[in-house]
Amino acid sequence: MLLNIKNLHVAINGKEIIKGLNLGVNKGEVHAIMGPNGTGKSTLAAAITGREGYDITQGEIWYKGKNIVEMPAEERANEGIFLSFQYPVEIPGVSMTNFMRTAINAQREYRGQAPIQAGDFLRMMEEKKKLVDIHEKLTNRSVNEGFSGGEKKKNEIFQMAMLEPTLAILDETDSGLDIDALKVVARGVNQLRTSENAFVVITHYQRLLELIVPDFVHVLFDGKIIKSGGRNLALELEEKGYEWIKQEHLV
Amino acid sequence: MDNNPNNNILEEVTTGEYKYGFYTDIETEMAVPGLTEDTIRFISAKKEEPDWMLEFRLKAFRHWLTLSEPEWAHIQYPPVSYQDIIYYAAPKKKKELSSLDEVDPELLETFNKLGISLDEQKRLSGVAVDAVIDSVSVKTTFQDTLAKHGIIFCSFSEAVRNHPELVRKHMGSVVPYTDNFFAALNSAVFSDGSFCYIPKGVRCPLELSTYFRINAANTGQFERTLIVAEESSYVSYMEGCTAPMRDENQLHAAIVEIVAMDHAEVKYSTVQNWYPGDKEGKGGVYNFVTKRGLCKGRSSKIAWTQVETGSSITWKYPSCVLLGDNSVGEFYSVAVTNNFQQADTGTKMIHIGKNTRSTIISKGISAGKSNNAYRGLVKILPGATNARNFSQCDSLLLGDRCGAHTFPYIEARNESSIIEHEATTSKISEDQLFYCNQRGIDTEKAIGLIVNGYAREVLNKLPMEFAVEAQKLLSITLEGSVG
Repeated sequence: MLLNIKNLHVAINGKEIIKGLNLGVNKGEVHAIMGPNGTGKSTLAAAITGREGYDITQGEIWYKGKNIVEMPAEERANEGIFLSFQYPVEIPGVSMTNFMRTAINAQREYRGQAPIQAGDFLRMMEEKKKLVDIHEKLTNRSVNEGFSGGEKKKNEIFQMAMLEPTLAILDETDSGLDIDALKVVARGVNQLRTSENAFVVITHYQRLLELIVPDFVHVLFDGKIIKSGGRNLALELEEKGYEWIKQEHLV
Repeated sequence: MDNNPNNNILEEVTTGEYKYGFYTDIETEMAVPGLTEDTIRFISAKKEEPDWMLEFRLKAFRHWLTLSEPEWAHIQYPPVSYQDIIYYAAPKKKKELSSLDEVDPELLETFNKLGISLDEQKRLSGVAVDAVIDSVSVKTTFQDTLAKHGIIFCSFSEAVRNHPELVRKHMGSVVPYTDNFFAALNSAVFSDGSFCYIPKGVRCPLELSTYFRINAANTGQFERTLIVAEESSYVSYMEGCTAPMRDENQLHAAIVEIVAMDHAEVKYSTVQNWYPGDKEGKGGVYNFVTKRGLCKGRSSKIAWTQVETGSSITWKYPSCVLLGDNSVGEFYSVAVTNNFQQADTGTKMIHIGKNTRSTIISKGISAGKSNNAYRGLVKILPGATNARNFSQCDSLLLGDRCGAHTFPYIEARNESSIIEHEATTSKISEDQLFYCNQRGIDTEKAIGLIVNGYAREVLNKLPMEFAVEAQKLLSITLEGSVG
């Protein structure tokens, strides 16, 4: 198993948000995490990626055979965990090109490789930009500065393509996207799917899952996964809402 | 892309220690500590100066005795004991140097270690260097090449000997010895520095640069630089400096004067990296510097760009006096303080002529327990019709034990003038750091990246060679500042 989360409890400022969550993800799989607002979806993403302030009070996160609970965020990233942010951050004055090159070289250094050659890097940028229809200009601009909502999300998928993660977490990548941008993003993700990597797609809505078809759907409620199923579960949720599951859970 | 300094720089930076803190064991000739008229006569005699120069020094010294140290800056330090300082230290040499072969190999090695090759053959093309160690210039490169264009680039001492008429005409015309306490001190005891003269209509084909190195212990460095750009000439000048790590504080009080005639343009860039003291605030250079440019001619232009990362105390206000109509003054500054460093730096833009314009972009970065102040004056005199100024002062705070301060002074005495002032204070956000971490970039590198981005507007003004160096320095200076 690529990712195996066991009895995970996560607290922010002493307040427990994730309350005993279990999740197993194998290579080659796409898992969708759905659920109403405020049930802990983004907290789960933060806990897996090692964000400070998200205290793991109990449980384990096994990734590639290691419990990564104590591993710093950058090391997890360099081990191949990627987060597509719900709200990508602006870094004024730092060009996308420079940022990406710094990230790629950090990864290479971690793996004991020499820094990437300028020519190779440029070719790689060209190739990956096509994947998500990113314009030339975008990579010369500062990281996310003045990007539209759609451009920011495309830029996240572009970075994912550059860093070739083993485990990619997409946190509400569909939020704020029009249908055209959503299609571009989904196409990018689908082209990156292989038998060697896995995706965890966090979303409110079924519409993204029509484009990125999941193998498993999980419903997160009150800090726990309360129901899991195949892709049909997403359709059922779309039709009936979350209320019936909540009821089922409470009973 | 490998030629682009904006890329691939930060990851090259791996060590956080001050890299230039070594000391070279060379035979040094020194004055006895203390400051009297005899000291000044000793320095003047050592330099075989003409009488007018000695007179200038003595006048300055007598004036200095009447002054007291300024106390208005936002800095604190124990009193400097001016009688304990050695005012002259020079590497011993056997005879006049005529070629590189005659430069003490120890000295060559020192400058090689600093990344400054004095060998013209090995030097990257495009830069001529004057190397100053303690009180004297040891070597100026490419003098012959420059002479073909009529450009004079030599040590200040050489200029006093060989071009006395030029030195007498301009020395003290921009920064008179009566200007301030440190200017008076410098005028009395200055030892060496660079002189640069660009004749009418000449565009200097090389970047000119002076590299200052303090080596000997208990000495002060008092250099003096004079740049004269005649009508329609252009020169870009760079200055770098380092010092050994020592527990005691060392005094550095310099003067830089620039004169720009009609349509002349001078760009002056500094990367200041004197020893900043250790993590506990012990040692470091006291950097009290008076830098001023006079836009004497119509449509002349002087631009100061500074990256201040070193020194335990920085007191420095590179300024422009915009005398000629349509003249332009610019000031671009990045000042970084970490640990216990204190900086009080900024500029003065004095608008005298009509249609004069000035731009001030200041980026302060404070970390550790340091204090960083921007102090700037924009003064519009009654005759400066249609003068314009734009000032932007940004402060970035790293951590919660450092200080950032802004002291803007505006005096407008002509109603047609337009003055704009913008100021911001920000912190590096947790969100930005985590975003970088999540891409595999560790926190230290992330800070370097974010800070370099923040300072980009100013770094872009630096000549290529310096920009690379400056970016590395910014990252190194801030290493260990968070965590």
